[in-house]
Amino acid sequence: MSARAKAGAAVAAQRAATDGLPPASDGPVIEVEHLTRKFNGFIAVDDVSFTVGRKEIFGFLGPNGAGKTTTINMLCTLLKPTSGRATLNGFDVASQQDAVRQSIGIVFQDPTLDDQLTARENLQFHAMLYNVPPAEREKRARRVLEMVGLTDRAGDRVEAYSGGMKRRLEIARGLMHYPHVLFLDEPTLGLDPQTRSAIWEHVHELRAEYDITVFLTTHYMEEAENCDRIAIIDTGRIVALDTPGTLKHGVGGDIITLRSSDAVTTLAELKEKFDLEALVKPAVADTSGPAGDRIYVEVPNGRTLLPQILKGLTTEILSVAVREPTLDDVFLNLTGRQIREESVDKMDAMKARVRRRRSQRGAGH
Amino acid sequence: MKRFRAVYIIWLRDLKRHFRDRARIFGSLATPIIFIFILGQGLGSSIGGNLSAAGASIDYKTYMFPGILGMTVLFAGVFASVSIVWDREFGFLKEMLVAPVPSWSIALGKVVSGATIASFQGCLMLILAPFAGVSLSPLIIVELIPTLFLVAFSMTGLGVLVASRLKSMQGFQMIMNFIMMPMFFLSGAMFPLSNAPVWMDTLAKIDPLTYGVDALRAIMLSDVPSRYAFTTDIGLLALISAGMLLIAISTFSRQS
Repeated sequence: MSARAKAGAAVAAQRAATDGLPPASDGPVIEVEHLTRKFNGFIAVDDVSFTVGRKEIFGFLGPNGAGKTTTINMLCTLLKPTSGRATLNGFDVASQQDAVRQSIGIVFQDPTLDDQLTARENLQFHAMLYNVPPAEREKRARRVLEMVGLTDRAGDRVEAYSGGMKRRLEIARGLMHYPHVLFLDEPTLGLDPQTRSAIWEHVHELRAEYDITVFLTTHYMEEAENCDRIAIIDTGRIVALDTPGTLKHGVGGDIITLRSSDAVTTLAELKEKFDLEALVKPAVADTSGPAGDRIYVEVPNGRTLLPQILKGLTTEILSVAVREPTLDDVFLNLTGRQIREESVDKMDAMKARVRRRRSQRGAGH
Repeated sequence: MKRFRAVYIIWLRDLKRHFRDRARIFGSLATPIIFIFILGQGLGSSIGGNLSAAGASIDYKTYMFPGILGMTVLFAGVFASVSIVWDREFGFLKEMLVAPVPSWSIALGKVVSGATIASFQGCLMLILAPFAGVSLSPLIIVELIPTLFLVAFSMTGLGVLVASRLKSMQGFQMIMNFIMMPMFFLSGAMFPLSNAPVWMDTLAKIDPLTYGVDALRAIMLSDVPSRYAFTTDIGLLALISAGMLLIAISTFSRQS
């Protein structure tokens, strides 16, 4: 037994002794059946069903407004389902609220820390709210702070923390009561790449050390690859659910991206000469490189087929690329849209603007 | 008892926050000082220090001191409970709402912590009593503390009730203008209500602070005749507090 697995078993024993809940079964930790939520006629979550196994890292992937947060809010008892049912750790989210709440830890998109208190005090209050016995509190606080690398700053007020530190502290806080499931709603949104990968390291660590299931939402494709299984959600429905590998495999081989001076002709030629269905994405103004509509083609074997395609096309080709499919392609394939366009780009643009303004102000003086 | 756990936790947190903010603790004495020593002094000199309507000749500063004490508790109580709105804006409310504790205990916790803070601020103001010509005996202080807490409790109950419906701090100015100021001026804190016209007298009767100020004045200034019997004041305050608490809890539970 590895040290980590031992730690995990210890956590499980601790949990059973202190949280006052009946012992956990071996079945799925989350079971969702035909879950639906409407807001004044608008269907935010539409007949969603899935199960999540114990110690799984399960991702909800989809654009903003797809229904990810609404689903989480129902699973953590903040929102009543309009119809359907869900159980968490064997407890019904609608009728056994307290048992569900004791079973989960949550990190919301926006911080929910008390910024006038220190990190350690935030952890202490959380432990009190969740019935952690007094003798355990200090020990657990030390352990989670160490894990997220905040031991040195534990005595500082949270208002002095950066965005990444706050997120890490919230993850640490969510672990204080040894939950069965940790919900992370967009855990890396608005964080720099370095902090983002640090958070992912923590997520992998916690599964091993805390014997925990992680349920997260994201719209970063590259991050979703860290999950054991992914549910792709669009306009309130699950459109696909599988491991990242299987999903990508389902796209069917490689992706060829072409930019041509005349997309319409190129499309027609691809159909006529190679019997290939292509997708077109309009030119993006701010993309560097040659202008022109981007054309996506899925082919079983890109490297052998590409030379033939190039030979067969009569229009001028401005650029060409072959790559293995990503989850971006999976989403594009399933919904006909790219996930990133409306969400991340807008955020990034906003941040870039703020940065620019700051540096200008700095340069002026 | 387990269900009351959150009440204690919220109380502890709010007190910790309050006592960490020294500037706010002492800064909140500024308004009462201005009222008593500038307004009280100035107004008192103009009316010749003889407040005949009060039924006894008494220095105006002295007369208004219990009223300003009531004002302090009103403001401190409502401010403390409006922290619910801050908590909502800064997210901490969500941390409490997803915890395995009943939502009524969160509202009750807010009322109890607000009442503690407001009555503490009231007690702090007693330091000023000698300068306003109010003499305090140990017996008076022993009587004052529970009375202050009762007044504070009803004011905080009102605060939590309002804050549960308030979505942002922007609405707070409205509360200030349309609830707190009228409550303060109608309560008889600044002047005796014995000569007030009927409409004002009627409004004063539905103002909970009227009974609070009357009770505080009865304890501190035995020479000044009370508007109501002390037991009436206390009984009504207790009734109002209980009512406010129940409405505050049900409003908070429904809104959250």
